[in-house]
This record gives sequence, C-alpha cells and structure tokens, in this order.
Amino acid sequence: MNDLACSPNQETFVINLGPQHPATHGVLRVKLTMDGEYIVHAEPVLGYIHRMHEKMGENRTWAQFMPNTGRLDYLGALSYNHGYALVVERAAGIEVPERAEYIRVITVELNRIASHLLWYGAFVLDLGGFTPLLYAFDDREHILDLLESVTGSRLTFCYFRFGGVYNDIDDNFITGTRAFIKRLRSRLPDYHNLVTKNVILINRLKDVGMISAEMCRRYGATGPVLRGSGVCYDVRKNEPYSVYPELNFDIPVYGECDSMARYMVRMDEIEQSLRIIEQGLDKLPEGPVMAEKAPKIIKPPVGDYYAAVEAARGTFGIRVVSDGTNTPYRLKLRSPTFSNLSLYGEACQGMLLADALALMGSLDLVIPEIDR
Amino acid sequence: MALLEIEPFRLLIFLGGLIAFAALNAAYLVWLERKVAAHIQCRIGPKEVGPFGLLQPLVDGIKLMSKQLLVPGGVDPVLFKVAPLLVLVPAVMSFVTIPFGENLAARNIDLGLLMIFAFASVNVLGLLLGGWGSANKYAVISAARAVSQNVAYEIPMLITVITMIMVTHTMNLNEIVKQQEGMFWHWYLFRLSANPLMFVSFLIFFVCSLAETNRAPFDLGEAESELIAGFHTEYSGMGFGVFFMGEYANIVIGCSLATVLFLGGWQSPIGVASGWWWFLLKVYTLIFCVMWIRWTYPRTTLWGLLNLSWKVLIPISLFNLLLTGATIKLWSFFMGAA
Amino acid sequence: MSGYFCELYQGTKSLAVGLGITFRYMLKPVVTLQYPHESLPMTPRYRGHIELIGDEESGAPKCVVCGMCQKACPSNCITLAGEKPEGGKGKVLTSYILDFTKCSLCGQCVESCKFAAITFSKEYNLAGPRKEAYIFDLKKRLEEKSR
Repeated sequence: MNDLACSPNQETFVINLGPQHPATHGVLRVKLTMDGEYIVHAEPVLGYIHRMHEKMGENRTWAQFMPNTGRLDYLGALSYNHGYALVVERAAGIEVPERAEYIRVITVELNRIASHLLWYGAFVLDLGGFTPLLYAFDDREHILDLLESVTGSRLTFCYFRFGGVYNDIDDNFITGTRAFIKRLRSRLPDYHNLVTKNVILINRLKDVGMISAEMCRRYGATGPVLRGSGVCYDVRKNEPYSVYPELNFDIPVYGECDSMARYMVRMDEIEQSLRIIEQGLDKLPEGPVMAEKAPKIIKPPVGDYYAAVEAARGTFGIRVVSDGTNTPYRLKLRSPTFSNLSLYGEACQGMLLADALALMGSLDLVIPEIDR
Repeated sequence: MALLEIEPFRLLIFLGGLIAFAALNAAYLVWLERKVAAHIQCRIGPKEVGPFGLLQPLVDGIKLMSKQLLVPGGVDPVLFKVAPLLVLVPAVMSFVTIPFGENLAARNIDLGLLMIFAFASVNVLGLLLGGWGSANKYAVISAARAVSQNVAYEIPMLITVITMIMVTHTMNLNEIVKQQEGMFWHWYLFRLSANPLMFVSFLIFFVCSLAETNRAPFDLGEAESELIAGFHTEYSGMGFGVFFMGEYANIVIGCSLATVLFLGGWQSPIGVASGWWWFLLKVYTLIFCVMWIRWTYPRTTLWGLLNLSWKVLIPISLFNLLLTGATIKLWSFFMGAA
Repeated sequence: MSGYFCELYQGTKSLAVGLGITFRYMLKPVVTLQYPHESLPMTPRYRGHIELIGDEESGAPKCVVCGMCQKACPSNCITLAGEKPEGGKGKVLTSYILDFTKCSLCGQCVESCKFAAITFSKEYNLAGPRKEAYIFDLKKRLEEKSR
C-alpha cells in the first residue's frame, strides 16, 4: 500500500464502494485505489454482518441449529439445510427413506432455480437493464408459492430434518411444479432473446473479468465461477450424495473464463435443474418421509465428520466435531462465496470501474454467507 | 385576439405558453415514464394519488420543493448553484423556434436549426459544472464521462443535420415543415430521391439525441447502480428537480427536432387537417419510443459508447453525406434531362 | 470489411428483437396484486406465530405444561407456567408468553409438542409501532378468540 501512495506520476485517489451501495448485494465494503477510471488496487473489507453462526452452533442442540443454516445463504437455504442434515445423518448413521430423498432433491433444485433467477435479475440490474429483474421475479414468485405450500416459508426454509423431511408433498404441489416447468421453459427463450443475445450486453460481458482456472485453484473458488473457467467440478457428480447418481443431467462448463462464460453457466444450470426436477417427479416413489428409527434427541458418536453439497454458489462444506453430548463441540461452515470473493482483489486490477462491477455481479455474492 | 397581432404582446404570450409547456411536460413526462416502465414490467405504476395516478407529479413537486436545499461544505458555491440552470435554461430557450403549428412558432428565426444546436452544447457545461462543483469523487467521475460522451455524439448529429440542410436548402424550421406538405410519402423520412438511406440518417439522429440527453442506454453520467447518482449526487430538493426538468425538456427538444426534420412536423399524413395536434402526436410517439428503449436495454460501457460513435456512427453519417450529395446531383441531372 | 457490416446487422437485429419482447410484455395483463385493496389467502401450512389450540367443548387450552416447547426453542422465546388444580391430575396452564421479537419461526416448538396443543396461526399483518406489542400472551388471545 505504501508504494502505491508515494509512487510518482500516478495521481491515485481512494474511493469507497461503501457498505451502502446499490451494486454490492449486501453490506460489503471495497476500498478501491483508482487512477482515473482504472482500478489500481482493490481490497474487500468484510465483517459488517458477522452474526457468529459457528459460535451459535456450539450453544444449540443439533436440532436447534437447523434454522441457522437457512439464514446463511437465504437465497438457496434448502441446500444448506441439506448439507447440515447430510453431515449429521452420516455421523449418527441414520438412513433416509427414498421418498424423502427425492423430495429433498426436487425442492433443492427448485430453490436453486429461484436463486439463479434472482441472480439473473440483479446482475442485469447492475448493468443498467431494469426490466429482466421483474420478469425473473414473476417466475420466482411461482416457485416461492410452491415451496410455501409445502414448507410454510418463502425464503429461510427449515424444512429438512435428520432422517427425512418435515411434511409430505401433495398432488397440488406435483401438478403445480409440472405447470411451472412448462411455464419457465416457455419463458427462457424470451430471457435469452432479451438479454443474452443483446449486443450491448455481449459487449459488456465478453472478455471482461478474466479469471483463469489457475487463479480459481489458488483461491479455492468453486461453483459457476470455476465452471466458467473450464474446470468441470460439481459436487453432485464428483462426490455424489442423495439420489443424484440415479438422475440424468449435465454439468455446463464454459472455457472462456470471462463474465459471459459465468453467465452462460448459470443460465444452463437453470435448464439442467428443470430436467432434474422432471425426472425426480417421474421417479417419485411412495413411502414414508421420515425415517422410523430417527431418534428424537440426536447424539452422534464422538468424532469428526464432513459433508459437502453443491449449493447455488459453489461447494458448501460443513464439518462437525461431536463429543457425544447433545450440542456440537465445533461446527465449521465452509462458505463458497468467501472463497469466490477472495479472488476479487487480484482479478480486478487494471480494470475499469464498470467492468469491475460487472465482475462482482458475475461472482454472485451473498454477503451474509461470507460473514456468517 | 387583437393582442396577438401586436408584436411584443404576442411574443410574451408565446413565451409564457412555452414555459408552461416545458413545465407541464417535465412534470407529466415523469408520470408517463413511470407508467410505461410499469406496463413493460407487467405491473401498474402510480395509481393511488388521483385517477390513474395523474396527481402524482403534483405531489412529487410539492415534496421536492419542501426539502431543504443542502449545499455541502467544500463545494464551489457559484458553480454548484449555476449548474442546474445551465441545463434547464438552454432547453427552454430552444423551444422558441420550434413550429408547433402553421403560425404557432414563438419566433421564426431563419437560423433556427443552428440556434438549437448552439444552445444544446451549453447543456454539457451544466453537467461538468455540477459534477466538479459538488466536491464528490463520484460526481467528478461522472462529469468527465458525460463530457466525452457529449462531444463524441455531437459530431454525427451535426453531420446528419448538414445532410438534411443539403436537402432542405434552409435552416428555418417552419419552412422545412412546409416543404413536407402532402401525403406521408412527402415527408423527408421517405424522400428516397434525396437520399436512399434516409432511414439510416433518421436512426443516427435519434441515437445521437438519446446520447446527448444522457438517456439509457447511454446514461453513464447518472449510472444509478454504479455511481449512486452521478453528477447530481449532491443535489437535493429543487436543485435535483431542476436537473430533472432540464433532462426532460431536452428530450422534448430532441424529439421535436426529429419530427420537424424527418416526420413532417405539423403536417398530417393524409393531407387534410394539418395542425398542432399532429405535431404533438408525433412528438409523443417518439418520446414513447425513447422511454421504451430505456426500459429494454442495459447500459453501455464508456468504451462501447465511444466506439459506437467514432467507429460506427461517424463513418456512416459521412458516407450518408456523400451519398446525399451524389443522389441530389444525379436526380436533378436526370430530372433536368427528362 | 464484411465482418463489420455483419456485426452491425446482427447487433441491430438483436436490439429490434429485444424491443419486440418488451412490447409484447407491455400488452400482457398485470401480474401484481394491489395489496391493501386485495390480499391473498395464506396456504394451510403457512407459518405465522404460534397460537394455542382450545379444547372443542370447554375452550380451555389443551396444553399440559410439559415444557417441551420451552426446551426446544433455540431462541428462548417461550415462557410458560402452570399450577396443579385441587383435586385433579396434571397441571393447568396459567400463562403462556411468546416473545415474538426473538422468534425465528423454525417450528421446533410445534414439532416437539406431543399433545397437539400449539399450531401456527395465519397472521402476517403484524406491523406496529412498539416493541411491547410483540410480547404475545397466547392464553389471553385464545380466550378472546373463543368469546
């Protein structure tokens, strides 16, 4: 920092992309040192919304921590529920009935589509196009209504339990989901024609914000950021869990490493999630939704356990250390957005401010998840 | 009505009418913009205040006037206070030469077209002074962007206007409208005998007027999601209101010019019942298109904007200029020989 | 050279297609609900704040004051108290206070109740000016409802 401040021939000034800003989705502060319109140095400052979820994990019983997982990344809360349920089921050795697994996958994929739709709207809003946000929210309302009729909440779900799910789904949900799949499939071409093929947007995103695969590996970036740089890594295929091995879907990978590649990865993921939901609904078996032998008070045996799931933003890892009592000894949450954001300082050096904001939008940040 | 014959009174009545027109436009174009935006986004816009929300601009105006005019510490007081006026006053003054109807121009100046462009360039000064005088880094960045944008887009606009002057042989706006008398194919937009690519000229003129008035997709000056509010970040209450009024007045001027030059001004498309109603209809259709474009496209980057101007619009408009000259010469040669 | 014109043509076409899409959406009906004038019914499983369920005949709360909900709550929102009636078995509920300012609507209380004494209400119009308005006395609410 000192070199930059005293370097000759360079009149730089420090600007604060402050905690309150329309484009940083959440309370993120980025200290930018700028030379005119070019960024010389960028430093994200975190911690404005640190709520000590990991500490809360040590003071709550295993079942009482489930609502906390929904508050980490509130846009894709069901994946986080899934991760936590997986790790405790692995620790305590609880078997989940097959109907519950299928319901879990269907609801998680619906949640993923909702999260990607909101990202799409907010990203194009950052770039100046105000309308696609409203169209995406219209579709997202249908998903939220479907999930509300099953779980009771629209955003911060607390639906999964150790050994299954809380409520069963009914026929209204199944017909509603099939109607929604048809509706979204008919609206996606509109989204592509309005936004993806628009020459202004292509000029804005192509060859902008290059993140090489090597940079991703150094910082541990996962999810669409990694898949937009050419590396085919998805927890659902590399370390399969739940019923994903029985479902037929592709992992979209684009090798161009620019913001357009990350955009296309997420749009294609919406299509693939629709495929997964359709197959899930076709293959849904009858049966109970909660394991009979699931104990009411869970006390996993002493040990160190880890599980990872593919959340909407990347690999969500959760590690629990149990000491045999009814509260965890240590609960560590590996948030994907934290690793994705850490490459921002290096990636946006020498870029224009507008391009740096496009890069931030394409990383799909949810700040409460970074600060936990 | 006899008062209208006496010159000073006629001018005063017209000037009063123009200021009222500009003020009403500034207020109700905001209402129209919110309604157009709402229907594009499948919702209803303002609806609570008055029927269809028609009293909303009135209430917004009262709100803006009741706010404190904050002058932040460290600003240059003269620049800060003069900047909004420099945006509003030239736009209102340009209304003087625009022919609303056959005898409905405040002053039929022979160099009307030149005068409008002279005043339009003062608009840039307003943005620059507003941005610089605000003592805010965001505002300075946006002012610098606005200046380079305005300079780049004036050139193709002026070249297109020169092309039109080659066709019309006059700069008097009322004369230009009178030359487009008759059915709609007499309008200059369809005058392929003067320039086969007249439609391209119209498009270039329209795009340049969008860029001159800092409207999306060229609104880097006030890029809401990047720079808060750009050059008018530090303005509150009526200072912000005056910037807004100036922007909408500029939009009306740009669309009126496009109507007069290309779409026949107050001439009716079917040859009968020409009058100010056709002029207003055409101007508001163009304004609707301006708003429609704003809510459809994302914002260009500075580089994309300048590339568009220097690498696309200027070569094409220069080519149009040559083509028009050649076409007029060839046409008069063949018409003379026939 | 031909690449230049090709790009120009593709670009202009994409812009025109975009305009067509927004025009089509402009003509579609409105999808919003005019909230204060109209409102939607909540789904049966919607989670509002909890409320006590009364017995069909007597109207008294079914709660036997076992305290499972109080223990299950992660945020310590629930405080209940009961007393043993004279000449009867079991406890009778005297007060059930829900501190809604801390409740996260997780549902652990409803799930842990073995006597089906509490359930979610369907209330969502809960804006108010004072924090004290959100300390709900559920027993009083049940009595007012059954009147």
